[in-house]
Amino acid sequence: MGRIVSSKAMGLMLSLVAGLASDDLCGAAPSKATEAVADFGLPQVKFINEQIRQSWVDNQIAPSGMASDGEWCRRLFLDVLGRVPSVKEMRDFVADKDPQKRARLVDRILNDDEYTEEFARNWTTLWTNILIGRNGGNEQRSLTSRSGLQKYLRDSLARNKPYDVMVRELITATGSTTPGSDGFNGAVNFLVMKVNEEKGTLATAETAKIFLGLQVQCTQCHNHPFNDWKQQKFWEMNAFFRQTRALRRYVEGSREIDSAELVDEDFSGEGSDPAEAEIYYELRNGLVKSAYPVFVDGTEIPRSGYVSEVRRREVLGDLVTRSAYLEKAVVNRLWAHFLGYGFTKPIDDLGTHNPVTHPALLEYLGTELRTNSFNLKELMRWIVLSQPYGLSSRTLESNVKDDPQLGETPKFSRFYLRQMRAEELYESLLVATEAHKTRGSYEEQEKSKNDWLRQFVIAFGNDEGTETTTFNGTIPQALMMFNGELIKKATSLEKGSFLHRVAADSSVKPPDKINYMFMSGLGRLPNKSEFNAANLLVQRRGGDAAAALQDIWWAVLNSNEFILNH
Amino acid sequence: MLNAIPRGMSRRHFLSHLAGASAMTIPALTFGHSLRVHAADLKKRRKSAILLWMSGGPSTMDIWDLKPGASTGGEFQPIGTTGDLQICEHMPKTAQVMDKLAVIRSMSTREADHNRGRYYMHTGYVPNPNIEHPSYGAVIAHETMNQRPDLEIPPFISVGGGSEGPGFLGMAWAPFVVSSTGQVRNLEMGLDDKRLLDRMSALDMIENNFIGEKRGSSADDHKKILKKTLDLMTSKQMEAFKVTKEPAAVQEAYGNDGFGRGCLMARRLVEAGVPFVEVDFGGWDNHANIFPTLKNQKLPIMDRAISSLVSDLDERGLLQDTAIIWMGEFSRTPRINGTTGRDHWARSWSVVVGGAGMNGGIAVGKTNEDGTSVETEPYTSQDVMASICKALGISLETTFTSRSGRPMKIAAGGKVIKELFA
Repeated sequence: MGRIVSSKAMGLMLSLVAGLASDDLCGAAPSKATEAVADFGLPQVKFINEQIRQSWVDNQIAPSGMASDGEWCRRLFLDVLGRVPSVKEMRDFVADKDPQKRARLVDRILNDDEYTEEFARNWTTLWTNILIGRNGGNEQRSLTSRSGLQKYLRDSLARNKPYDVMVRELITATGSTTPGSDGFNGAVNFLVMKVNEEKGTLATAETAKIFLGLQVQCTQCHNHPFNDWKQQKFWEMNAFFRQTRALRRYVEGSREIDSAELVDEDFSGEGSDPAEAEIYYELRNGLVKSAYPVFVDGTEIPRSGYVSEVRRREVLGDLVTRSAYLEKAVVNRLWAHFLGYGFTKPIDDLGTHNPVTHPALLEYLGTELRTNSFNLKELMRWIVLSQPYGLSSRTLESNVKDDPQLGETPKFSRFYLRQMRAEELYESLLVATEAHKTRGSYEEQEKSKNDWLRQFVIAFGNDEGTETTTFNGTIPQALMMFNGELIKKATSLEKGSFLHRVAADSSVKPPDKINYMFMSGLGRLPNKSEFNAANLLVQRRGGDAAAALQDIWWAVLNSNEFILNH
Repeated sequence: MLNAIPRGMSRRHFLSHLAGASAMTIPALTFGHSLRVHAADLKKRRKSAILLWMSGGPSTMDIWDLKPGASTGGEFQPIGTTGDLQICEHMPKTAQVMDKLAVIRSMSTREADHNRGRYYMHTGYVPNPNIEHPSYGAVIAHETMNQRPDLEIPPFISVGGGSEGPGFLGMAWAPFVVSSTGQVRNLEMGLDDKRLLDRMSALDMIENNFIGEKRGSSADDHKKILKKTLDLMTSKQMEAFKVTKEPAAVQEAYGNDGFGRGCLMARRLVEAGVPFVEVDFGGWDNHANIFPTLKNQKLPIMDRAISSLVSDLDERGLLQDTAIIWMGEFSRTPRINGTTGRDHWARSWSVVVGGAGMNGGIAVGKTNEDGTSVETEPYTSQDVMASICKALGISLETTFTSRSGRPMKIAAGGKVIKELFA
């Protein structure tokens, strides 16, 4: 990795850092809580601010001050693009005196061509993990093509396809899983591993959970005591998937799977009449009942199993995209993405048994999203320009009790700390070491990243493919940050590396090099004690400034301040 | 690579640098175990537990509580054991150590969803959106740490699976997750210890500045993990992960597979002083073709590993201080479904325990003729935990305070299963 930057260019960048006052970047004095907060002329931002402020009043808490420009800029880049800002991006933003600069930066990273690819990459990663898990497609003999799904998502997200259109495509897709194969349609990878086994129960549960925020998996076997969804409804929903099959295609002359094709075929039902294609399920007491396709809101569709008469998934696509749960589920998901907590916990359970912390706001944002043609970038704009997203993460006496980690429901009176995802760390290191411009082809990049990410995934041994990650703030993660290949590379002193270029630039004064390390990693200048410690390290390395820079850079990357989105 | 000590470094050497350390501040991060207690009597008293976690939910009526002749009975026959009970014919080696294990046959729980069941059986609580409960591993590690002041590696280790988290006890009690190969990645920094110390000093300073800004407990948790990581990197106890140091015959007896190696590692870790080890064995979600899967794949592996673990612990004098728990998130329907499988079932099932002074060779409680209900006093996750606490000498009066100030009784108020201690 490594882009060769002329020492002149590097020197220029460093001197620009040196020109900044530290208050601009650290925001040591948060602005007053009483300060009027802009709504940027957007009614949606205004509504969010009013609703959230009302909940502060109701709960007798006062919010933290606003985050400094530097803090806000860093979190915006992490949450929208999945990486920290470069030194130049940070500097440009902080130096800008325009009072509308936050709105302008949001506009730029959402809509400017220079960020289209990164935006699509980040949201492709996020949606891939939601749709097929962190491990989907990596299992032995999996039919899922992870890269196939990612190709579909990347194309869709780069064009900012409306969310309802994307959901409809994922639910109704037919075609082949793997890029380059005949009839390729990457969208089939959402369902291809979920339809064959166990009568498509996984397809049923995951479609309801991901797109509608309805948790139905428990009701497969019995009526659930805490859920108003009944067993009958599960199987009625399941009936929509029963025409669908995943067919394996083998590499010629071998048993190796080349790709799979998702198709809809006539379903004769489990009774005897395909024109009334019913399915059977068992109650706990052993009695058998029948079910036909009926949507969650009670909408019945024709019972025929013949594809020429009813394509059940097509109808399901219509019903899902018309359901009000669709917008609520995605609003809740994105709110949780940006603010750390959703309006419900877990975020994908919107059933009536589960209380919503800010019901009016969820309802409103959902309606606005639908009115705005399911343009998720607009939803993102409203959220990131809102007051709660702009608050400092520093706790005050007045809001110390607003702590979801204590089991309180979130009031969003400060920005809650949260750890970068593994993917964000990976991309951030590339940017922080200025290696992101020369990365090889997109496919190669994604493959190296995928290989690296796999070390953290742990699959639970059940048929639902549930999994967890060891990139969760525990020791394996710390060991990786201390000693892993990725960090060794990021802190390398080899010729052409980031540190080598900084160290070798004789036109830059040593103090500015220390500043540059802090700017690159933390988006701020070092304070006095940190600066002195860095100087001491130079002495301790016997005057080997490069080695000392390496130690500083290692410490910066390993710090809580670096890994925690704040 | 599995080198316990970073190249060119020993723990003693590393710590010695602290004495003459630097003009820089000595980082709090390195003040780990500078005060060692080497009390032999402490070592003698230390109690441990090994949880054999059967992810997916194994059919206990095909393993521990057979119903030959019943319509639900399935294909397997029971065999006699060294204890006063019968188990499955495909567990012949385990049958030889059943005098040391007890089968609780009257488990009755309510959670038949994987995630909810996994949470409940690991914590004694049903999932609650407002609080995260600590898993049993975190609780037992927390309660028995004072018995092992010289432990340098994490007190809660999960082999081959993720277990459940530390909940409100905080990240410092999270399970340390390793694969069953015992490989711990990224142990080596490849730098001399003087340099490592300098780096830690600089890091400590940035950490403390950020913590001082009062942005929430995650900042502080991060630092605690750094310290544990440094302890681990410089510890000789990391040797315990190396199952390949065992004689070939021992490795073979446990089985050359993930679960076998995990059980062997558990014994080594307990020997090294780790209070709680969880070994994950998945693949029990047998909705289809259950009988050949159990007979040909799952049971031979389990039989070998469990029987070896029990006799090995016993021969080394460790069994009297080590509790063994075998369980999954639930069991499977007595009714055999259309694809010759069994589905999720929590109403009547079995958990196996042993060691740490608990009675072996017995079946506790019983199920009805076809296994669809329990006929004696039903037991729960909390009751199993309460019994394990009693066996380990942990007071059932122990109460935790969740971060929100809510008092939480250990084992969630479960009751001791008295047959295990008569």
